[in-house]
Order: sequence, then structure tokens, then C-alpha cells
Amino acid sequence: MTDTLAAKAAQLQERLLNKAGKKEANSPADNEETSFQLKATRLTLTQLELYDYDYDNFNRQMSKNLKQAPHFFNQTPVVITLDKIRNTDKKVDFIELTQMCQEYGVFPIAVRGGTEEMQLSALVAGLPALPNQGSSKSSNDDATDKAQESAAPKEEMRPSKIIHRPVRSGQQIYAQGCDLILLGPVSTGAEVLSDGNIHIYAPLRGRALAGIRGNKDTHIFCQQLEAELVSIAGHYKVSDDLQGTHWGQSIHARLDGQHLKISGLTS
Amino acid sequence: MVAKIVVVTSGKGGVGKTTSSAAIGTGFALRGLKTVIIDFDVGLRNLDLVMNCERRVVYDLINVINEEATLSQALIKDKRTDGLYILPASQTRDKDALTVEGVQRVLDELSGVFDIIVCDSPAGIEKGALTAMYFADEAIIVTNPEVSSVRDSDRILGILQSKTKRAAEGREPVKEHLLITRYSPERVKKGEMLSIQDIEEILAVPLLGVIPESKSVLKASNQGLPVILDSVSVAGQAYGDAVDRFLGQEVEHRFINPSRMAIFKRMFGGE
Ligand SMILES: Nc1ncnc2c1ncn2[C@@H]1O[C@H](COP(=O)(O)OP(=O)(O)OP(=O)(O)O)[C@@H](O)[C@H]1O
Ligand SMILES: [Mg+2]
Repeated sequence: MTDTLAAKAAQLQERLLNKAGKKEANSPADNEETSFQLKATRLTLTQLELYDYDYDNFNRQMSKNLKQAPHFFNQTPVVITLDKIRNTDKKVDFIELTQMCQEYGVFPIAVRGGTEEMQLSALVAGLPALPNQGSSKSSNDDATDKAQESAAPKEEMRPSKIIHRPVRSGQQIYAQGCDLILLGPVSTGAEVLSDGNIHIYAPLRGRALAGIRGNKDTHIFCQQLEAELVSIAGHYKVSDDLQGTHWGQSIHARLDGQHLKISGLTS
Repeated sequence: MVAKIVVVTSGKGGVGKTTSSAAIGTGFALRGLKTVIIDFDVGLRNLDLVMNCERRVVYDLINVINEEATLSQALIKDKRTDGLYILPASQTRDKDALTVEGVQRVLDELSGVFDIIVCDSPAGIEKGALTAMYFADEAIIVTNPEVSSVRDSDRILGILQSKTKRAAEGREPVKEHLLITRYSPERVKKGEMLSIQDIEEILAVPLLGVIPESKSVLKASNQGLPVILDSVSVAGQAYGDAVDRFLGQEVEHRFINPSRMAIFKRMFGGE
């Protein structure tokens, strides 16, 4: 099985390389196989400088501003800056904030500044962090902009948390802001959690919860399903619901709307 | 010289920790290692019964920790096996006297004299058990072939990897050995007990040995004899194999299939 996998990977790589080679011939836009290209750009954007997030206060100010400047609230993309937040320990519910903004016609597209933790919860809400730069423009602005341009296509990857040992009854492992990869079994009475995906290359006998900060686009893969509970973004199934076709098999769990869907990995 | 510290632990009570500590400790001494077995079960002393030295106990582990006695006063030399010593537990004192600092001092002192230190842990996951395992280099996890015992062993394994001195210092983790005791191949066959494969799969720990359920164990302990000295009994032989494996020998597992006798008895409606 590994052989065929390796062969497939090699095939794929070769195809990709061939494509890259062809690209030289004519403009990418002319090539029917090319559907997009990444290019650097500079835009002027509106900033929403956040001082404190409280549902009612924020809502009140939004509706007040809407009355004062209705033209502004018309599909306006904004960047939320977090440097001026008064209390950095307080959790900002970016999902709620984004939803409310959108109801007013303001579309947050990213955040800038703030603590790593804030940036993480923003990311979970679909708001990536822009590279930080001083808010006041200085003379070496051009230089920094250039540096940013060349760095732009590179996405910062947060490495997965990899656990080599079995997770035992009574233990809990949490991968914050990244995927969780487990090479040993998860015992009955143990719990593994992740903001992202969970991969278990061994039996899962305990509880596995992916996307615990609400990310519905997360998945759980495991080699042998004997779990007490499987959950994605709060939608879960307990052992009783899991008994059946996939019990003891390798599975892939994901969300299908509001429904936790389990399918076999081996076709 | 630095002694190797081995804890015999289980989580669940009554699975055979003390029986195993006595047998394996004696086995080490028989193979020429200078060995001491420490009873950490404060309040429930019984290692000295199995080792038949209860009438010679004057001082105990707590006395040494509290500096009311020296180690040489408290150590009991085994009469049958050369190079084997017992450090008994107190029957009367309360468990709080068992401090990590105190135990550290005792172990440091023993470490200069002995090759191997066997710690007989009390049941549970409370202070006594935690103290017994804290300084361990290796652990023998005693498990009976039943779900609750396996579950408790799993829990103890987690604690061994997170709450020991080795874990605190980020050193190489405690080396784990699985010892299945009171194994009855006949009952496994009937589906009344977990099989060796089941247990190994759940715990994912290398198998040190399988000690069959055997009447000779109770008989030996009533006589104050570590069962490993009863070389006719299957349990004694199985403990001997486990000791050899612990010391690096490759020994095939015995007594893990229903014996001919048992099959014979069942066929003709005996037992
Ligand atoms: N292989 C065996 N076959 C039959 N009986 C056994 C076997 N091993 C242990 N026993 C019996 O089980 C009982 C408990 O054994 P032991 O005292 O060694 O357990 P323990 O784990 O030290 O208990 P505790 O948790 O109370 O310290 C004793 O009566 C002992 O004789
Ligand atoms: Mg005991």
C-alpha cells in the first residue's frame, strides 16, 4: 500500500514539475490550465481601531455611526487594529464581532497588532494577522514595504503538535492554534483536543475534540475507532452513536453542515 | 556505584505487587545483585510477612526518614538469600511522614551500597504511590487480566511519564515493564478474562512476564517464602523468567496456553 502511495506522490510531483516548466512558454493567463496567480499589491484600507469589545457598546456605537455616515457602511473592507486594546487579557469574540460588523455593511478582512493569543482567536474567526508595521509612516516606509512585498506570498506556518507516546487515562493533550498528530494510542479516559485537525495513527479509545474554538472546517482522522467521544467544533457523537459500521475501523470525521459525518478511510 | 531504582506499582489494589516485589527482589539477589526491597505501604505492612521477617522488625522506613534510626539499624538481612535486604514499612505511623525529601535521603544512602532497589508501592494514585515511584528509573506495572486493573495500570503509566523525578527533570522517561499476574489461560479461553494480546494492545508496554494464577502463591506466602524459591511451581518459574528478561536475557514466555492437564480435565468433566 505504501508503495502505491509513494508512486502516486511521485506522479503528482512530476505533473506539478511539468506544469511549472510549461509556464515559461506563454503568459499564465493564456494557459487554460492555470486558474490563478499570486501577485503582490498595495491597497489603502480603512482601519477599525478597537479599544474594547463589548457586544452592547459596540452595537450601540455602530448604529450611531451608521446614522452619521451611511455611505461608509457599504461593503467596506476594514482591518481591525488591536494595538490600542485597553485590557489585553479580555477575550474578544471575533466571530461575534465580525458577524455584527457585516450586519452593518462593514467587512473585517484581517487584524493587525495585538497579542499572539488575540491574533489566534482572530484567525479562528477567519481574520488573518497582517504583518505589523508602525502606524505612523516614516521615511524608510518604502524599504519596509518592499521587504513586505517579497515576503507576502510566504504564509507563516504554525507547526503541528506531535505526540510520540501513548496518551494515558487521565491525561489531556491540547494543541493550541495548530493541528495535533498522535503516533500512539489514546486510552479510554484520556482526552485530546485541538484548535485544528487531529490525526491519530493508532487506536482512539478516549475522547477526541477538533476545532474546539469553533473552526468547523476541521477534521479527525484515526486508524482505529473505539472512541468514547468524537467532536468537531462542538458537534459530537458518543460511543453509543459510534458503534456500527465504522467501529474498530480507520475513519475520517468531518462536519457536514450541522451533522458530524464519519466515513471509512479505506475504500 | 549508583543503584537502579525499580518501582513495582499498579494503581489497583490486591493485584500482586507485594508478591511480585518479594519474588523479583529475591530473584535479583539470587543472580548476584545486591538487592534491597523497600515496603512503601505505610500502615499496611505485609512485605515482611511474605519475606518471613516480621518477627525481626525493630525499626522501619519512617524511623529512618525521621532520623530516629540509622539505615543499618532498620535494614533486615534476609536469612535465606545472600545479598538480599528488606526495609520494612511502619504499621502504625501515618502516611504523611513519607516525604519526598526524606525518601530521597534514604535512597541516596542505599544507592551507594546496593546494585538494585525495589520499591513495593501501595495501591492507589495517592501520595504513598506517588512517593514510591518518584525516584524510579524503571517501573514494573502489575496488571491482572481484567478491565478495571488494566484501566488503573494505564492511569499509573500516565503518571509515571508526568509526575516522576525523571519527568520533572526532562530526562529519559522511566522504562516501563508490563507484568501480568494471576493469569489463567483456561479462563481467557472461556472469554472470562482479557487475553495477553488484549492487554498488550491497550497498554502498549513491553511484556516482562506472565505469572499464572497458582495455588502455590498463597501457600508460599503463608509460609513466608517468596514464591520464586518454590522452583517446582509454575508461578515461581514464571517469576524466574521475568527476572532473567529484566536483566536482558531473551526468554520465551511459558504457561500462557491452557495446560494439557486442564484440557484433559475439561474433556472429562473434571474440576
Ligand atoms: N499468581 C497468583 N496466583 C494466585 N494468587 C495470587 C497470585 N499473585 C498474588 N496472589 C494473591 O493475591 C493476593 C494479593 O497479593 P499481593 O498482596 O501481592 O497484592 P498487592 O498488589 O501487593 O496488594 P495491595 O494493593 O494490598 O498492596 C494475595 O493473597 C496473594 O497471595
Ligand atoms: Mg502490597
